[in-house]
Order: sequence, then structure tokens, then C-alpha cells
Amino acid sequence: MSTAVVAPPPEAPAVEPPVHYLNATYGVKSWLLTRDHKRIALLYLASITFFFFLGGLFALLIRLELLTPAGDLVQSQTYNKLFTMHGVIMVFFFLIPSIPAVLGNFLIPMMIGARDLAFPRLNLLSWYIYMVGALFTLWAVVHGGVDTGWTFYTPYSTASSNTHVIATAVGIFITGFSSILTGLNFIVTIHTMRAPGLTWFRLPLFVWSHYATSLIFVLATPVIAVTLLMVAVERLFHLGIFDPRLGGDPILFQHLFWFYSHPAVYIMVLPAMGVVSELVTTFSRKNIFGYKFVAFASIGIAVLGFLVWGHHMFVSGQSVFAGMIFSILSFLVAIPSAVKVFNWTATMYKGSISYRTPMLYAFGFIGLFTIGGLTGLFLATLGVDVHVHDTYFIVAHFHYIMVGGAIMGYLGGIHYWWPKISGKLYPEAWARFAALVVFLGFNLTFFPQFILGYLGMPRRYHAYPEEFQVLNVMSTAGASILGAGYIIPMIYLVWSMRYGRAAPANPWGSTGLEWDTPSPPPTENFLTTPVVTDEPYHYSPGEVEIVG
Amino acid sequence: MADATAPATSDASAAHAGPRELQHQFDTVEQQRDASSLGMWVFLVTEILFFGGLFLAYTVYRSQYARAFAEASRHLDITLGTFNTVVLIVSSLTMALAVFSASTGRRRALLAFLLATMALGGVFLGVKAVEYGHKFHDHLVPGPHFRFPGPYARPAEIFYSLYFAMTGLHAAHMVIGIGLLTVLVLQARKGRYGPGYYTPVEVCGLYWHFVDIVWIFLFPLLYLIGRHIH
Repeated sequence: MSTAVVAPPPEAPAVEPPVHYLNATYGVKSWLLTRDHKRIALLYLASITFFFFLGGLFALLIRLELLTPAGDLVQSQTYNKLFTMHGVIMVFFFLIPSIPAVLGNFLIPMMIGARDLAFPRLNLLSWYIYMVGALFTLWAVVHGGVDTGWTFYTPYSTASSNTHVIATAVGIFITGFSSILTGLNFIVTIHTMRAPGLTWFRLPLFVWSHYATSLIFVLATPVIAVTLLMVAVERLFHLGIFDPRLGGDPILFQHLFWFYSHPAVYIMVLPAMGVVSELVTTFSRKNIFGYKFVAFASIGIAVLGFLVWGHHMFVSGQSVFAGMIFSILSFLVAIPSAVKVFNWTATMYKGSISYRTPMLYAFGFIGLFTIGGLTGLFLATLGVDVHVHDTYFIVAHFHYIMVGGAIMGYLGGIHYWWPKISGKLYPEAWARFAALVVFLGFNLTFFPQFILGYLGMPRRYHAYPEEFQVLNVMSTAGASILGAGYIIPMIYLVWSMRYGRAAPANPWGSTGLEWDTPSPPPTENFLTTPVVTDEPYHYSPGEVEIVG
Repeated sequence: MADATAPATSDASAAHAGPRELQHQFDTVEQQRDASSLGMWVFLVTEILFFGGLFLAYTVYRSQYARAFAEASRHLDITLGTFNTVVLIVSSLTMALAVFSASTGRRRALLAFLLATMALGGVFLGVKAVEYGHKFHDHLVPGPHFRFPGPYARPAEIFYSLYFAMTGLHAAHMVIGIGLLTVLVLQARKGRYGPGYYTPVEVCGLYWHFVDIVWIFLFPLLYLIGRHIH
């Protein structure tokens, strides 16, 4: 993207190891008090990886219980807590911060040629807020958990449940401010910190999708914050805001909850779409097809995402007319989503495709997101939704978006930028193998759930009729494979930090600004402020050798 | 916000030649000022949505229980509410004058106006505390001791739940605002702000005005809706 970067050649003879952000200073304090966006990204990486495996542990226990039709491993009450903690941890403490707080934090300043985010101290504060919220939730986990489902539906959550609703809600409330501050930081940074010559339509699509995500962070998160505040206060003081016995309206809670939680789905998937746009162009060696369409599709998804929350409430007693409106609006979201899928496909058309690990994850994303998106259309259809509501069909649908989409994008991005983040190359053969394991394990886990749901198996039960066992056994087997697929990258990425080959500045021959500086980058990212004179993604097929 | 209000680090000057308040990630003072100002505006957008959840709940229940809300509203003290509204509007004026004084380099006036704004904020909170005390005494605090004569006890309790939630959240913002002003006063005493650099005063001013505007909506919605009933 840039032509006038004046960084010194990184392949200069290594008399002494170059100073970069990882070895500039040492010690715990230098990490815990850092204001460097790259180090803060790594703090997030460590924290969310912990929560990913904790949430995964709960998923494992859920799948083990469902191996047999009888409820023999855990009691129903414990099972309720398991799926609640799985949902709460995966949604609020892994998926929502995953790509923005790790990759976005690390890359946005580098992609726009800045030395840091606009507010570095605020960025560090975001991580601390996240950790404080996480501690509240961990406290709730250790002291017996919570059983309301991740949706905290009232009046169960405010009047009936005798588990740790308040601690969990407070944890999510606090963590929400971490999201808000990250989104605020990104918006201001993208507006005010772009390098000379970097106009809006020269921004990488990763930055566009993070801009759209940040809008949702800033506009939606405060609503869930105040809603959970109301739940906590109602529970604490026995008020009647949502309790029908006291004149309150439980449906109001659902409106407020989904006003955040549906856009939150786009918080999870939009950044992954940004990653995929970078991967598809780099590994097809082609300019993106329809840059402006892909860029505005991100904004379109963010805007439309705010208008569809009612499709979660088709059977809640919402009026049929409102249901129709929400149904039509939900169909509209398919348009910008499909624009992206078509444009990625058109980008690959006649490209010089190389099947490196990040590209395998991009393929996985496109295929699985398409299935997840199309089944979303089934669910946006009023009649079909009444049939499959609260069944495993829904569970399969949103796991195709969140695990098949968001986590595939996250893993693809981690692999693609790993040489930049760590300065080391990961072992390609192992990585391809793991990508394949993840893909197969994922489909074996969740495809049977579509069938289970269509046949009528409801979600949130720990026992089920005999005839569902075969498909459940398949799903549990798939989950074990998927778990292994996640552990392998964990091992070889950690291994590569010490034993991996040193990465060149630009192992993939990418055009992004972040590759115009050494790997790992110096603390100030660029030794001189880059000047951008060209569009992004000016690849020509077969020109650059991939050396990674 | 934290970045906007806290002073610039002194080691920033080591990275590049520039004024001491210029942080290392910015190239120019104007860029830093734009960023701080935009940051506060974005934060205020978040705040609107934060209060928005409560305003939505208010709207839903007021349309559902219009009569009960009007009856419950009559038990609020309109004299104290009006007095507090005037206090807040005057504090907005002193805040605006503080920003003006900073931008024109009048250090003594800046200090005086900041302290006046803090004092008015304190008066507001004091009056609010008195009002809360009256409500407590009259059994109008939602919960087991809530008493409301007539047929509207349940919806009136919802009204008072919203009253305490909305004014309480507003008061919490006032407390934060007074905290920010305290930092500004301490910095202003050291002569940190002048025509070249007064961004923290400006962005805190934005925040203060926002909190005032929230009250401008709260006052009629909570205090005035019962006036037409006799």
C-alpha cells in the first residue's frame, strides 16, 4: 500500500539483535504498566485464551452429558449452570473481545501508519476493566455458577433463580465498559491518526470492518450495561421493573437485551470478515473485487444489525405485525453479508491461490459462514422459526456463525499475523493439519445438531429420547476432535515462540503497511511516518514469492 | 477520557521535539486536540444510549400506566426540583465561562469558575440528598416499606424505581464530574492551561454540559407530568 516507507532494511547483518517491542524492556511491571498497543494486545491474547479453554471445558462437559439419553453425568440443575457458564464466558469474555482486542489492537495503528492508538492509557485501562469484570464472573463460577442461560431472561433471573446472578451480571456490566472504551479508541484513532495520504478508501478492509464493529460497541454495549444494572437492582431490592407480579413487563427486558445482543453477533463476525478480506487478497494475489462494496457492506451490516432484534422474540408474545417487520428486516441483513461472500469468491476467481494455513481458515470461514447465514434466513422466516425455536437447529445455526465464522477468522488471523506478532514462523505442516482437524471436527459437531433440531430436540435439556442418540454421539465425537484441533495450534504457536524460524518483515509478500516494518515491530511501529500513495491490495498475480 | 484529563507525560518530549503536553503518539497539538474532543463526543454518544435504556423503560411504563405516573409524580417536590434545575443551568454557564477563561489565558478567572461550577454541583447533590431523605421518610422508596395511597400502588412503585434509577445514575455522573473538576482545579493551579493548551478543560466542559442536558429531560419527565391533575 505504501511506497515511501523509509524503514531500514531488516536483513542487515545481525551484529546485535534489533530492539523491538518484545525485548525493549523486561519484567512484569513493563508489561502490566505498558501503554504499547502491541503489548496490550498480547495481554488480551493471554486472557482470552484462558477464557476460551475455560468455556471449552464447560462445552466438553455438556457434550459428555449428551453422549447418552439419560441424564447420568450431572443433575439438571448442574447442566443448566454448565450451558450458562459456557455461553457467558464464550460470548462476553472470548468472542466479543477476541479479534478486536487482540488483532485489532495490534494491527489498527500499524495498518494506518500510526505510532499507537489515540488513547494508549485508555487502552490499558480497557484491559484492566476487562480483567476486573472477568474476576467477578470467575468468582461466580467458583462459588457455584449461575443457571439463567446467558440471556438472563426475567423474571427467572430476578425473582426465581437462587444462583449468583448479580455477580455475573456485574462482571458483564464492567466488561462492557472495556468494549466501549476499545470501540471509542478505534473510532478516534481511525478518524484522526491516519498516515499522510491514507484516505478512507485506501484503508485496508480490516480497518473498515473494525470501524463498523466499534460503532456497535459504542452504540449497543451501554444498553446491555444499563439493562443488567436494572436486573441486578431489581434482584437486590425486589423491585418490579421486569416482574409481572409487581406490574413490570418481562418482554421489555427481552427487547433491551436483544437490542444489544443481536448487534453483538455482528461484533463477533464483522472483525472476522475483515480478517478474511486480508487473507483472500494476500493468498489469491489479487486486488479485492469491489472494494467499496465490501467496505460499505460492513457499515450496512452494522446499521441493519440494530433493526432486527425482534427476530429473537417471535414466540414471546410480540405482536404478529412486529414479527413481520422484524422478519423482513432480518432478511435484509443477508444482502450485505452475501455481497461480502460473493466479492471474496470473485476475488479468488483467476487468482494465484496458495493454500497456506491462513487461507485454509478463510475457506473454512466462507463456507461455514454461508451455511450459518442461510440457516439464519430459515430462522428469520416466521413459520419456520415457530417450528425450530429453542431447538438444536438454533444452536447449530449460531455455532456456524460464531465458531465456524468468528473463530475460524480469529485463527486464520492469528496464523497470518503470527510472524509479525512473535517474529517467528509457525510450523506450516502442523498448522495445515490442525486447520483440517478443526474443520472436520466442527462439522461433525454441529451439522448433526441441525438435524436434531429439525427433528424436534429442544435445547437446554440434559436428557433426551433414545432416537436422538446416534446424532448426539456424532456431535460429541466431533466436539472431541474439535477440541484437539484447538489444542494443537496452542502447542505449536507457543513452541514457535522459542524454537520457530525467525520471520522476515513480510513473509507473505503482502501489501499492507503493517508488513513494511520489521517483525516484530519496534515499539514506535515505524521509524519514520509512512506516506501512502496507492490503493490497498495492489497485487499482481505470481509476482511475489511467499517465503514464510 | 482518562487521557484527556490527565497531564501529558514528561518523557514524551524525549521522543520528539514538541510542547510538553504533546503525547508521543500524536504529531501535532491540533491532532491531539481533535482526538480528545472526538473521543469525548463518542463517549457522550455512548452515554446517551446508556441513559436511553432507562428512558425507554420510562416511556413504556408511562404509556402503560399514564394516570398512575401522573399521580406518583405529584409527590415529588417541585420547588426543590425547580431550584436544582436553575442551579444546574447556572453551573453550565460557569463551566462555559471556565472554558472561555482558559482559552483566553485568564488563570484566576479559570480557577474561580471551576470552583464555582464544583460548588453548584455540590449544591445540586445536597438538595438531591434532602429530596431522597424526604422520600425515605414518606415511604416512597421502592421495596418492602413502599406505601402509596389509592389504587395505583404497584405502578407508582415502578415510577419511583425509575425515579431513583434515573436520578441516581444522573447523580453518579455529577459525582464523577465533580471529580474531574477537582483534577482540573489542581492542574489549573499549577498553570497547566492557557490559550495554547486547554483541551482537558474543554472536554470536561462537554461532559458537564451533557450531564446538565440529561437533567433538563429528567426534570419535566419526572416532576411536571402530574401538574394538570387537580
